[in-house]
Amino acid sequence: MARRESGGDFSASSMADIAFLLLIFFLVTTTMDVDSGIARKLPEKTPQDVQVTIKEKNVLDIVVNRNNQLLVENEFVQVTDIKRLAMEFIDNGGGIGAPKEGKPGEPCDYCKGRRDPESSDHPSKAIISLQSDRGTTYGMYVSIQNEIEAAYNELRNRLAVEKYGRSYNDLLDDYNDNPTESLKEKIDYLKDSYPQIISEPEPIK
Amino acid sequence: MSKFKKKKKGLPAISTASLPDIVFMLLFFFMVSTTMRETDLLIKKPNLPTASEVKKLELKSLVSTIYVGKSKDKRIAGDKIQANDKIIDVKDVPNFIFSERALRKEEEVKFMTTSIKADKDASVGTILDIKEQLRDINALKVSFSTRKGSDIKSNYK
Repeated sequence: MARRESGGDFSASSMADIAFLLLIFFLVTTTMDVDSGIARKLPEKTPQDVQVTIKEKNVLDIVVNRNNQLLVENEFVQVTDIKRLAMEFIDNGGGIGAPKEGKPGEPCDYCKGRRDPESSDHPSKAIISLQSDRGTTYGMYVSIQNEIEAAYNELRNRLAVEKYGRSYNDLLDDYNDNPTESLKEKIDYLKDSYPQIISEPEPIK
Repeated sequence: MSKFKKKKKGLPAISTASLPDIVFMLLFFFMVSTTMRETDLLIKKPNLPTASEVKKLELKSLVSTIYVGKSKDKRIAGDKIQANDKIIDVKDVPNFIFSERALRKEEEVKFMTTSIKADKDASVGTILDIKEQLRDINALKVSFSTRKGSDIKSNYK
């Protein structure tokens, strides 16, 4: 009885625990929106009068119209087909590659494609052309870009696993954690082997 | 037993020992819950498309964001572009990038990335116009902001 009258100090020592509990709760539940997306490097502006001759077979034509319908090499396809078609096209290796640092081009020794002479010569020559309409929705456009990116990533992954026993994505993660020269060399080699060459002509009005 | 007579206390003082904790709690709460977004959206919040091959944007301080979406007013059709708290025209995009560049050190300019946050129903024409403007002023690093996911089909329905 006497105890109750005196009010009794309640223990304040648990306050810190409660505070930390709340702190941790908010830390876990609030999401800082991490900005992520498909990275693209735009081509530099070149003088208008430069003429480059590219063989028709080295270009994969992707056309999308304002109803979000797709044509790849004049055939009606779905978005989900693009990755496969792009991979077949890039990895074909039917001829010799682009000359590099004064050396003449060499045939692609890491390609696993069909080596069809009617398709691309070498990954370094394979150009993907994405022609869109002004009325195409952005969602469709991003989907196509995503599929193209996926095709390149899968090819790079395959080569990386074969050559270094580790996938391209893992190598990139490793490089982020611990940037070393040898890792950079590997990544550059992979990027060089399957360079992303994407051309986006003027949209259809 | 009553030799040690308890002193009669008045109302006990409220313990102030917990006060710092409460203050810290509030502090942490506000620290955590304040959004890191520095711009208020004047357009309708863009419904970002989904993509599987996403890369995280490194170096957040070097990212300038351009929003593309519908106007909040339903009667106004077409895509609106927002940069830095105001709705701008396509031809003002270079000015926006220049002002962003002016805030950074010179050697950092070449690492600057433009993140385009566009609604998935926006038209590609608008995006390509922005890209063309960015090419004109040599701001070549672009990221199409997306959500990570594998449900690509939801992008074009």
